[in-house]
Amino acid sequence: MKITVTDPSLVLMIAPSGAGKSTFARAHFRPTEVLSSDAMRGWVSDDETNQEASADAFSVLNSIADKRLARGRLTVIDATNVQPESRKGLIALARKHHVHVSAIVLDVDVETCVERNKSRPDRSFGARVVRGQHERMRQSLRRLEDEGVRSVWRLEGVEAIAQAEVSRERLRCDLRHLAGPFDVIGDVHGCADELIELVESLGYEVDGTGLDAAVARHPEGRTLVFVGDLVDRGPRVADTLALVINSVERGSALCVQGNHEAKLRKKLAGRDVHVGHGLARTLEELEASSAAFRERVAKFIDGLASHYVLADGKLVVAHAGIRQEMQGRSSRAVRDFTLYGETRGETDEFGLPVRFDWAANYRGRALVAYGHTPVERAEFRNETICVDTGCVYGGSLTALRWPEREVRSIAARREYVPAHRPIAKSAPQPGEEPSLDASFRLDLTALIGGITAETEVLRRITVGAPLVASALEHSSRFCVDPRWLVYIPPTMSPVETSSVEGFLERPEQALDYYRKVGAAQVVLEEKHMGSRAIALVCRDEAAMQRRFGLANGHAGVIYTRNGRAFFRSRETEANLVTRARAAAERAGLFDALGTEWLLLDCELLPWSEKAKELLRAQYAPTGRAGITHLAAALSALDEALARGVDVRALRERTAARSSMLLDYVAAYRRYCWTVSGPEDLRLAPFHLLASEGAAHVERAHSWHLAQCDALCDADASLFSKTGRLTVELADAAQRDAAVQWWLDRTEAGAEGCVVKPETFIARGEKGPIQPALKVRGREYLRIIYGPEYTAPENLSRLRSRGTSAKRTLAMKEFALGVEGLRRLCRNEALARVHACVLATLALESEPTDPRL
Amino acid sequence: MLLLIDCTATDTSHPLDLSWLAHKHPDRAQDFTLSQGTARVFYPHCDAQRCTLALQVEVDPVALSRSSSHRGTTPLEPYVNDRPYVSSSMLSTAIAQVLGSALNGRCDKRPELVDRPLRLRAVLPVVPSRGGDSLVHKLFAPLGYTVRATRLSLDDRFTEWGDSPYFSLELSATITLRALLEHLYVLLPVLDDAQHYWVGEGEVDKLLRKGERWLADHPERALVAARFLKHQRALKDLALARLDEDGSPEPATEDDSEREVEQRWKRSEKSDRIPLDAQRREWVRDVLAAHGARRVVDLGCGEGKLVTYLAQHSQVAHITGVDVSPACLEIAQKRADKLGPSQRERVALIQGSLVYRDARLQGFDAATLIEVIEHVEPERLPWLEDAVFAVARAPLVLVSTPNREANAAMPGLSPGAMRHSDHRFEWDRATFRAWSDRVAKEHGYTVTFADVGESHPEYGPPTQSAIFTRGTAQRANANANEERAV
Repeated sequence: MKITVTDPSLVLMIAPSGAGKSTFARAHFRPTEVLSSDAMRGWVSDDETNQEASADAFSVLNSIADKRLARGRLTVIDATNVQPESRKGLIALARKHHVHVSAIVLDVDVETCVERNKSRPDRSFGARVVRGQHERMRQSLRRLEDEGVRSVWRLEGVEAIAQAEVSRERLRCDLRHLAGPFDVIGDVHGCADELIELVESLGYEVDGTGLDAAVARHPEGRTLVFVGDLVDRGPRVADTLALVINSVERGSALCVQGNHEAKLRKKLAGRDVHVGHGLARTLEELEASSAAFRERVAKFIDGLASHYVLADGKLVVAHAGIRQEMQGRSSRAVRDFTLYGETRGETDEFGLPVRFDWAANYRGRALVAYGHTPVERAEFRNETICVDTGCVYGGSLTALRWPEREVRSIAARREYVPAHRPIAKSAPQPGEEPSLDASFRLDLTALIGGITAETEVLRRITVGAPLVASALEHSSRFCVDPRWLVYIPPTMSPVETSSVEGFLERPEQALDYYRKVGAAQVVLEEKHMGSRAIALVCRDEAAMQRRFGLANGHAGVIYTRNGRAFFRSRETEANLVTRARAAAERAGLFDALGTEWLLLDCELLPWSEKAKELLRAQYAPTGRAGITHLAAALSALDEALARGVDVRALRERTAARSSMLLDYVAAYRRYCWTVSGPEDLRLAPFHLLASEGAAHVERAHSWHLAQCDALCDADASLFSKTGRLTVELADAAQRDAAVQWWLDRTEAGAEGCVVKPETFIARGEKGPIQPALKVRGREYLRIIYGPEYTAPENLSRLRSRGTSAKRTLAMKEFALGVEGLRRLCRNEALARVHACVLATLALESEPTDPRL
Repeated sequence: MLLLIDCTATDTSHPLDLSWLAHKHPDRAQDFTLSQGTARVFYPHCDAQRCTLALQVEVDPVALSRSSSHRGTTPLEPYVNDRPYVSSSMLSTAIAQVLGSALNGRCDKRPELVDRPLRLRAVLPVVPSRGGDSLVHKLFAPLGYTVRATRLSLDDRFTEWGDSPYFSLELSATITLRALLEHLYVLLPVLDDAQHYWVGEGEVDKLLRKGERWLADHPERALVAARFLKHQRALKDLALARLDEDGSPEPATEDDSEREVEQRWKRSEKSDRIPLDAQRREWVRDVLAAHGARRVVDLGCGEGKLVTYLAQHSQVAHITGVDVSPACLEIAQKRADKLGPSQRERVALIQGSLVYRDARLQGFDAATLIEVIEHVEPERLPWLEDAVFAVARAPLVLVSTPNREANAAMPGLSPGAMRHSDHRFEWDRATFRAWSDRVAKEHGYTVTFADVGESHPEYGPPTQSAIFTRGTAQRANANANEERAV
């Protein structure tokens, strides 16, 4: 017998002990797919035959089955399964996860089973037990379908069992192997004119006319995907149906079922359905066509899937949308959801009455394109997009181009029927107005056990629970509102240690690094010595409220690298944000980028503004103590020398130390100035991280600096320009010039510079490379490594430092930062952005050498 | 760090007595290796009128940063700090190693000098004093010194940063060298209050030996003992008991009180006999009992006082404590572990944050937020409201928070100040009621209010609280109110 099981599904082996279940399962399934009750007994009690351990064993078995089915893994239950009660829980589990159940019954002569059990030393139970099991198996056979088992495979006799073959088949909805590109078309409702115009505008050709029309294969291999509701209401229902049916047969289109097709199918089957005006039009047209065509339509609708999972699971198309856990599954619940959306009377995972806005709660990774409820404009929301733009109501017919994520629309030629309720501005949000919009909700349970984020720069990044725990405390108690906290800047590694006398860091190591990884060009950017600041600047309060879900009176926020509000005083923040906005307006940035907000990565100067306490409690006292002490020591030594005591060596050392202390004080003073009001503060922006719909992470640094320069030119009293030098790495003269550039600047008191590859995200020959390396000046490092670090005996010991852990950390945080920005700009749910932010904060709480 | 000791001629003493006592030749410089660096002794001045001994200690900053003795309050503190330059416990160690015989009163060649008072002056260019110049005077003046303490500025370029914690110090007295060194040995670390070494019982012996001749009568002896022994109470008590044979009870030292501001504050919060936080716990217990709440979740449980209190009342079958701080939960865990096994069983502690939704907080009969909301930024309260009233949605929710009006009646609280440094706001009664009413309305609860603590006729109670109920709890609350009315 050839057995076919769908993948994923739940397979129950049903047979008495000794029938050969384990042997059969081993022969036809992977070891990890088979959950054996005997093995579970062994795991919980060290004895596979220990019947007393059955309850614990089945509890473990159930929970593993639960997790496997949740992940969509084929699961085989190797247990006798001869009693309805033992099957009931497993079948319920399959229903919960929307997978089919099939049963493989090994119907072996009872005496064979008894004999086999006798010959096995580990089986202690007698023939009576086996006979009982056999009897119950026979009784079970009749009931299985009623219990919810979809297919029953009965293998009679040892021979049949040995010859059986098992093959797997995909569900109809599983088209993950189709890579696209796709054009997803919204609800057509008989608007064939607009449909033909739209597909032609997308580069398809339509052959034939009327019921013979078909879309030819796209020259670039694109495929149309219809979200359903082809029929009813509109002017050319039969033509629309024919065009889609012909195209699907030709292989140029796919189609999922809509609720209007479902109803039409019922009517065609002669069932009693309420025929409203819309359906009446369809029926009228079908009456006028041939019986053969009606037959084709019925067959076509029968063959329509509830939804399609496409392109390796990255795109899902369903008529009324689909929850994440239903994707790639098949059940009555899945079909109902995809046809009608969230049904009434349900409760969500929190036991609350479900608000009908499933998209607001969507947290899946696949983009879901759907229709069903007309909206004015197709907009991305939490990785969902409704492409029903109400063509039949005089709106437009819309296509989503994927993977381009572009929306193409054709205006309706006229209003064919009046809308029975006003069309929503974007995705529907019926129900009460919650105090927190659902797409801004954050669930702790998804974070508390650790965070795993798929990032495009580094693939999967996992941050463990203990680190997340401390970040959670930090973010809950000290960070700005998570709706604004969309980005945490990554840590940056220094260059490898220089061996040049008197230096710990030099630019040569940075240039060498980027040459080695295969970069052609780098840019040296002056490193402003201030405090890192992320500035979110919105065009106005309404824009901030709309995009970030919360406004604050001055339409912008400035926070530190740890996510704390930069200023205690709202007035100071308001002042800077207001001036920054005015500058951005003058520079035309909002209009040029088509955005209502900008996210800027800056350094806020002076350092003393944020580091005031540090200066008062640590830096200045160290300087004062050192200078005073060494001056007193020098004068004592001079006196002693004058009277002929030989303290020359000590005096020399003391004098050298004294001058290092003076250098140290000069170093920290350079980064301090007295601030009496916000007008004394300065912002030095160097990245324009993101704006509406665009994370600027593919851009060159020259682009970022040009945008920042525009801001500086618009308001030179607030913004400071960043000095820069572009270096072709192959050119030795340019490399030397870069070193000189760094020396000149650091000798003049600059903190140092940051060496970056040409583009924000950069890849070398062996994968992603450091997005930046810092090269700090000799004098600046006194406030990091200590005032006297340049003494040769100190420097020689400080050279042994390792940067590799710091670099790994920098790379991970960078990848998370980029991923968070991408998610933000794709309009994904806040929870998806926040996961990246919290993961970065968690990585930052890991102890590292603070001097790096 | 640098110590200069001047000895001036008198009728009974010669300046060179200093060099005899110090066992260091006045015309030579001598090196000593210490664990943290090197010390050098030399004489900048030496004639018939005056002899000056200099003890200069060069601390190795790299070695220092690699030892674990730094305080580590900021990440870079181990690398950028004042330790190599100031007179601290490291100078005491140097005195003991380099001038050990003088400190211990041994002078084999001129034993008669040991107890001879000399006209001495000690100069210390940079002395950190936690307690300002008043502490410098309090410590040295009773020992007979003329004290000159000059405060050093912090940075002349930025006068707005204020003064440094350092003094340049001159101590003059006619005194034995041994006494001067003993005083410095003990009192420099006391001024600095940050010993670089581990303090154990051995330090009690050191303190008593070096203080044998003067500490028992010193008016600040309790503070000296506390700081010298790094505020280890048991060691301090041991030292004082041994100093003071009749064992009379010690008054609280200045230092103790510095560290116990919060304790004192708590004491002042007390009405008559029962502390306010205990009154809050009793109130919570009574309200839970009136509603028959069996499964309770304490949101923002902190160090677990309410959790362990409720676990001891059998009316509560289960209590889960939730807090955002892993450190607090660890303390709560220890507290819970001290309960009896049947009480311990009733307690669960989990990390959670009230500004996130959390399904684990569902299914409880009651949720308590006792002195919690004021620790949440006002802009993030909507998150808390959502998490508590929309998601967790216990039928009974108790919320308590300080009544700002009552601060006026709190001793020791300056006007406008809040009761705790982490409080993000403190509400007056009207604001709290308005907030509670709105939250109740939005989430389908009814709310009643209660006072906790002794109510002031004008300012109201120190703690204000709200009882939110929905569904059956609502009816129970009505019944409870009726009972109370009866």
